[in-house]
Amino acid sequence: MSTTLKPAAPTTTTAPRRPGPLALAARQGRLEIRQFLRSRESVVFTMGFPIIMILIFAAIFDDEIGPGVSYTQYFITGMIATGLMTVSFQNLGIWIPIERDRGVLKRLRGTPMPKWVYFAGKVIMVVAIGIAETALLLAVSVALFDLELPGTAAKWFTFAWVSVLGVTACTLCGIAISSLARTARSGSAVVTPVALVLQFISGVFFVFTSLPSWMQQVAALFPLKWMCQGLRSVFLPDAFGTQEPGGSFELGRVALVLAAWCVIGLLLCLGTFRWTTRRDG
Amino acid sequence: MHDELAISVRGLRKSYGGNPAVAGVDLDVRRGEVFALLGPNGAGKTTTVEILEGYRQRDDGTVRVLGSDPADPAPDWRSRVGIVLQGTGEFDELTVAEVVHHFAGFYAGADDPDKVIERVGLAGKARARTHTLSGGQKRRLDVALGIIGRPELLFLDEPTTGFDPEARREFWELIRDLSAAGTTIVLTTHYLDEAETLADRVGVISSGRVIEVATPAQLGNRQDAQATVSWRTPDGTAQSAQSATPTALVAELAARFGGEVPGLTVTRPTLEDIYLRMIGHR
Repeated sequence: MSTTLKPAAPTTTTAPRRPGPLALAARQGRLEIRQFLRSRESVVFTMGFPIIMILIFAAIFDDEIGPGVSYTQYFITGMIATGLMTVSFQNLGIWIPIERDRGVLKRLRGTPMPKWVYFAGKVIMVVAIGIAETALLLAVSVALFDLELPGTAAKWFTFAWVSVLGVTACTLCGIAISSLARTARSGSAVVTPVALVLQFISGVFFVFTSLPSWMQQVAALFPLKWMCQGLRSVFLPDAFGTQEPGGSFELGRVALVLAAWCVIGLLLCLGTFRWTTRRDG
Repeated sequence: MHDELAISVRGLRKSYGGNPAVAGVDLDVRRGEVFALLGPNGAGKTTTVEILEGYRQRDDGTVRVLGSDPADPAPDWRSRVGIVLQGTGEFDELTVAEVVHHFAGFYAGADDPDKVIERVGLAGKARARTHTLSGGQKRRLDVALGIIGRPELLFLDEPTTGFDPEARREFWELIRDLSAAGTTIVLTTHYLDEAETLADRVGVISSGRVIEVATPAQLGNRQDAQATVSWRTPDGTAQSAQSATPTALVAELAARFGGEVPGLTVTRPTLEDIYLRMIGHR
């Protein structure tokens, strides 16, 4: 009997193809989200901080600031804006210097990864965490503080574009400011005061119109004030618009200023972003 | 096309704030060879290598790495070059396997991530978060990331710093394997034995210039250097003599002692002796 040996199956070494651009960005985004969720401090700080603030402020101030508008509701809109800024501007302004210092950026730069994929990953992470955080905030506010969700499609639309423009502007500015920090540790030293000052002057903790007018004018140069104002138009009664500094919610101006900050942030990013630390040349 | 050259550098210059770090480096690295760059700290090794890797801009000179100018490389250039940077990187809350798999996704012809992890000796740590790794293990992770794309040319900047002797031996095996598979390797190191074991040729860089390029055996005319013959006299005192003809001297000693010469050694200067002399120490 003769046995014919089957020829061994040809070992096809099909080189695995590199994922396309969208898949690359999605992978990067997944990695960023996974990393964020694993660092417990950032989850607790980013997700929990606005809720803790609302609980504290609601317990301290319970007066009405306008017909049918409690301070708490006013404050909630400010905290939604602050939350969006925290997750984008502060988060990136603090984390990117750490990644730069630990050599993550330099190592990525040495691979064929297109540069934009890194930023796309950050944006995906910011958007995902931002949505989760805002949803949580709204759930708590509706359950505990009688906040009414937007009743019309138009209001939801305003909510969406104010959030998207605001987060975009803050993300780009966060990436830009990350290059100011010389070391991993200085990231939060650079970003935290900026964020805190903006919160105080932009009408998050105080009713904006009760601030000195020069402070209002300074705040009007930065995105947070306009994010707060845009969100007030969504969550507060239309009548409240007459109490805004411009006599209305000025949605056109909100869009204009936030869009301008997107452009400024993008230019700053493109001009200043560093993949290596300063001592690295 | 200088196809036989993986790297060609002429008149490379780079200064920081008026201080020249690289002051006219000329260098050729052939395809398939293991080239070691030796030099004291601050001699310009890392600056040179990082210019070749495309991380730093040069002030002057021409540079060709795999046919491209690293300052303006061809689209697929990055996927053909592997880089192991000086110092360790940390990916924080990600595991070794996650990082290596992720980096594999950047290359069209990536190697099997799990095999690479095993190859660098991190199989037991695949599920460990990178920040929990020891210095030597982080270095191995860096090596894994450097070779995951199956590069034609691999840069290793002081790769074995922090390795224990056993890990270094394993690493040397890995480099020999890669070299045998045709990878061109450029290595900077402080360890002379590493250069001697691995390198086909070594270049010595000092004060921003390449002062000599030769095989480890020929560096600084080492092969012609006088041998030192040492022995003990019958009363036990140590004796030694420099000799260009050590065999003759040993034969003469053998005759004098009528056979075995007590405590006989014949040595040539080590690569370290030659190197230290070249860079101006004693």
